[in-house]
Amino acid sequence: MTFHITIDGRPVPVTPGQTIGAALHAAGVRSWRSTRFGGRPRGLFCGIGVCFDCLISVNGRAPERACLVEAAPGDEVTTS
Amino acid sequence: MTYDLVVIGGGPAGVAGALTAAQAGLRVALVDSGTRLGGQYFRHSADPRPAPGLDRFLRLARALDSRADLLLRHQVWSVTREPDGDLTVHCTAPDRTAVPVAARRVLIATGAHDRPLPFPGWDLPGVLTAGGAQALLKGNDVVAGRRIVVAGTGPFLLPVASGLAGAGARVLGVFEANGGLGLARRPLLALGKAGEAAGYAADLVRHRVPYRTRRAVVAAHGEREVEAVTVARLDKDWNVLATRVVECDTVAVGYGFVPQIDLGVQLGCETRHDVDGSPVLAVDAGQRTSVARVWAAGEPTGVGGWRLSELEGRIAGQAIAADWRARTAAPVSRAVPASRGGSASSTVPSAQEAAREAAQARSAAGEAASGEAVAGTPDRAEVGAVPTAVTGETGHGGAAGAGVVAGVLLRRRQRWRAFGEALQRAYPVKPGWQGWLRDDTLVCRCEEVPLARVREAQRLGATDARSIKLLARPGMGWCQGRICGYAVSCLAGEPPQPPRRPIAQPVTLGALADLSDDPTAQ
Repeated sequence: MTFHITIDGRPVPVTPGQTIGAALHAAGVRSWRSTRFGGRPRGLFCGIGVCFDCLISVNGRAPERACLVEAAPGDEVTTS
Repeated sequence: MTYDLVVIGGGPAGVAGALTAAQAGLRVALVDSGTRLGGQYFRHSADPRPAPGLDRFLRLARALDSRADLLLRHQVWSVTREPDGDLTVHCTAPDRTAVPVAARRVLIATGAHDRPLPFPGWDLPGVLTAGGAQALLKGNDVVAGRRIVVAGTGPFLLPVASGLAGAGARVLGVFEANGGLGLARRPLLALGKAGEAAGYAADLVRHRVPYRTRRAVVAAHGEREVEAVTVARLDKDWNVLATRVVECDTVAVGYGFVPQIDLGVQLGCETRHDVDGSPVLAVDAGQRTSVARVWAAGEPTGVGGWRLSELEGRIAGQAIAADWRARTAAPVSRAVPASRGGSASSTVPSAQEAAREAAQARSAAGEAASGEAVAGTPDRAEVGAVPTAVTGETGHGGAAGAGVVAGVLLRRRQRWRAFGEALQRAYPVKPGWQGWLRDDTLVCRCEEVPLARVREAQRLGATDARSIKLLARPGMGWCQGRICGYAVSCLAGEPPQPPRRPIAQPVTLGALADLSDDPTAQ
């Protein structure tokens, strides 16, 4: 039933229907982006698409909100 | 094709409004950014956990599914007016292509999002909004952490804590910054949601979750993520009296809600300040905004919870249906697709008939009844209720700027609106929180603007939130001030102003450029 995505090559399990942000958070990956000025770690905050803290690149695309994008089998995400 | 009604938002207000209008015979589309109907409060996974009101919502959603076109996972970034008065709802599909949807009428039911307050360390991973923790649980079956602190103000903290504890998290405490549930001191509250609140309170007792008033999380600590928080005892203005440190891996925090009114403001809808100072869309008794053909329901017209939202959605649906009947000129016969509800007449009545209907107002009662029948919870009080003619205060040109809405709905809305306002009074944000901040505490997370830079801008002469934004950049980043806007207004000493966001969601330059090429949208 579960499938996997990868973050920087490491596998992360996903239950179908989960967003990429939820799957990462559940796997203990709580940050995947560094801020421009302070280099501070960021992950989920608002969780509903408002704050843009959880931006992440999926399959090389321009950054999207991890809390909104549903994970698909084989998705490759990268930290930044 | 031009829809008679496009509803923006698939929570309780949007679904009730869309269903009511579809049952009256209108061609309806509903657009929502989520993968399922539900909005924030009724967000659910494929195998939903029980929640108050959810069964009822799911029945309405199923009924809507066969009667309207649903555009899920579509984000609305703008609504524009066409020369003929119609509206174009500009959406972005999941693959980022532009999808313009043509509408004779629009219902804005875009809900609200959490209202966070900044505090030292609030940008550490592991600090979530209360709604964010709830979204992880309800939509993804993910428990936000193992050892969780819930903090902020308002009754919403209760379902969040109860949900997390029920899902196996250790909830170390619910820290309510105001002075208690308020039910005892305010009879109105006891009248309202007492039953539901008592249920959550029982959950907290069962899971041994302490509920403490006049307490707040005033700092989060950790290197790469939150490892502990400082919990403070507060005076009535939220100044810190004493502190202690609580080790935890997750914080869920929320200080009320920000109504999402971007699209209404874009269209020029009049706004007003709600009881708590939030800018909301001004509507008349039929939920009509000051702008022709635009209605609004739910939190964008004032935060009041799902019951009020659903009522407002139904009222808007009835008013919109009355407008549709009145404006469908000459008695042109138009077949209504069988799938759009058995209660719909197969012929659109003429304007005179519509006016007569408005006077007699029997149809609205019928709609109320049929709406309940679909919901599967017939409410005897509404069958045969005497509807009241609603005069459109905003009267824009149409023969019938008035709609027709069942009086029982209007009375019920009045009751729940009063309840919502009482909650806003019982759970205000007090100014003492500004004392929790240090010079280096980020006010704006996107542009990483610390308090010191806000104060510097004020010393340079920025006396209002907008000037502070222009000088120090809080609110100029990705979220466009949705997260820090309230805090910056407080720091500036003024009530929050309506947002000026000509584009409500990120959009590709290609989609913007397409606007001018598309003859249906300019």
